[in-house]
Amino acid sequence: MKRILIKELGDKIPMRKAYGDFLLEIGDDERVVVLDCDLGHSTNAARFAEKYPERYIEMGIQEQNMMGIAAGLAATGKIPFTSSFAVFSTGRPWEQVRLSIAYGNFNVKIVATHAGIATGEDGASHQICEDMAIMGAIPGMVILSPSDYYSAKSVLRAVYRYNGYVYVRLVRPTSPTIYKEEFEYDIGEAVLLKEGKDLSIIATGLPVHHALEASYDLEREGISVAVYDFISVKPFDEDAVMHAVDNSLGILIVEDHVMWGGLGMAISSFLARERISVPLEFINMGDNFGRSGSYKDLYKHYGFDKEGIKRKVLSMLEKVG
Amino acid sequence: MSNKEIQELKELAKRVRMDIIEMTYRAQSGHQGGALSWVEIGLVLFFKVMNIKRENPFWEDRDRFILSKGHGCATLYSIWSLLGWIKREDLYLFRNVKGVLQGHPSRRRTPLAEASTGSLSQGVSISVGMALGLKLSKKTSRVWTIISDAELQEGQTWEAFMFAGNRDLNNLTFILDYNHLQIEGNVNEINDPEPIKDKAESFKLAVMEVDGHDIKALYDAFQWAKRQSKPQLIIAHTVKGKGISFMENDYKWHSSKITPEIYEKALKELAK
Repeated sequence: MKRILIKELGDKIPMRKAYGDFLLEIGDDERVVVLDCDLGHSTNAARFAEKYPERYIEMGIQEQNMMGIAAGLAATGKIPFTSSFAVFSTGRPWEQVRLSIAYGNFNVKIVATHAGIATGEDGASHQICEDMAIMGAIPGMVILSPSDYYSAKSVLRAVYRYNGYVYVRLVRPTSPTIYKEEFEYDIGEAVLLKEGKDLSIIATGLPVHHALEASYDLEREGISVAVYDFISVKPFDEDAVMHAVDNSLGILIVEDHVMWGGLGMAISSFLARERISVPLEFINMGDNFGRSGSYKDLYKHYGFDKEGIKRKVLSMLEKVG
Repeated sequence: MSNKEIQELKELAKRVRMDIIEMTYRAQSGHQGGALSWVEIGLVLFFKVMNIKRENPFWEDRDRFILSKGHGCATLYSIWSLLGWIKREDLYLFRNVKGVLQGHPSRRRTPLAEASTGSLSQGVSISVGMALGLKLSKKTSRVWTIISDAELQEGQTWEAFMFAGNRDLNNLTFILDYNHLQIEGNVNEINDPEPIKDKAESFKLAVMEVDGHDIKALYDAFQWAKRQSKPQLIIAHTVKGKGISFMENDYKWHSSKITPEIYEKALKELAK
């Protein structure tokens, strides 16, 4: 576990911009090939095309074919980065990811944007909240879910160094930065962003900064809440879970994902296996599809925003208090 | 190709067919029909056409081979053993928990397999990616991919054809093992992929047809493939279950259990 205590949030930068910036950083490496399925400007991958057109492969709308081609490219020593929305990077070509990439054991980086209900107005067809469950079920799959622009960039650098198949889960909205440019990330680590002795919030992805904002408000009301950023969902940082267990009265797990097969279920299973009994609650999509709406309205509706998290913390504290 | 070479490959074809029977008999499972149908195609490729090094199957500049119709892998494993890449004993543990040879090719268990296949049409895309990667790296290696007729029913096959055709990946050859049978019956009756030649040509592939059991004709077709400026589809007309009379053209022999009586009968016929 890393400890990087954050006192305030930074400027707003879209997380997916990190993808375009990162690709330009590593573009001179001839092994890097970027694949896109007609969404390059949304995912930010298209910026690579301007400088390295011969290694930018515009597939058109062929996600299943893209995953197979990525496996084939990796077989010839390339490092392919596939780019699309999360729903079309996981659900649509799942079996291609499973067989061609994972069972074939190829070094393919699956980078997706537009995960979760944060995708917004497009509605449930485009808001995949099941992606971590289905990708996590694949043996050996690493799942990384950054929380801001800088962690996304740092995660992508770690993914590039790592030899193996990986799923990187990015989101659509522009959100405040948490980290700084020099943040260095290693796969598997969680980051303690704020200390607190009453309750611990374990969050992943976009909800992390909402959890931080909630913790700042609560601090002013005399309630001390710790916030952990679980950038790595598979594998997740068991030591960080133990740290939360040892240093607070209970754990609240927040993720823009369904309950089944998400971080909440993974941590619950870990705690049960370790015979640890601790008050545990969740903010997630439960067993539901999302709906159309702005990111802000949806996060309010489903309780992922600052106010929703505060309410949940207070009700939880009443019970464990 | 000399008559002597043709005769040698014919002898090898008999050995491969015996292996297929031996392996699927010992495993009491496996796919005979679709393994028997591409024996000559595989032998001509591995022994006469592909640029490979017998002493180093992982030589970097080798031609790549993908068995997209992964269920026909008994033939591939037998060829590996003929090349000295695996032991005879490995063949006898095909599909066995004690062995390494999986029921469908697994790059994870046997890195000799260039990819893991078995879910139809995935090998088509993988081979397109390999052909693209080789071109990007300015390599002259080629990719040879065996596909089945029923794989043409899968949408992904056509996604891959469209992409390969649009990118002029002429270092890529698909060989269609056109034996007309799938698990439930006749491909052309179940969901007919015809007209295959017209379809493939309209996807910008160069197409030629050949007798898939004629060693000389296959060799010539593969030489033709090397001269093309587009990716190629060689439609190889084959017989499912080829070489064992009671297995020929019978869809039940897509995959069946071999009894001791059938085992004896099949080997006797092959020994003739």
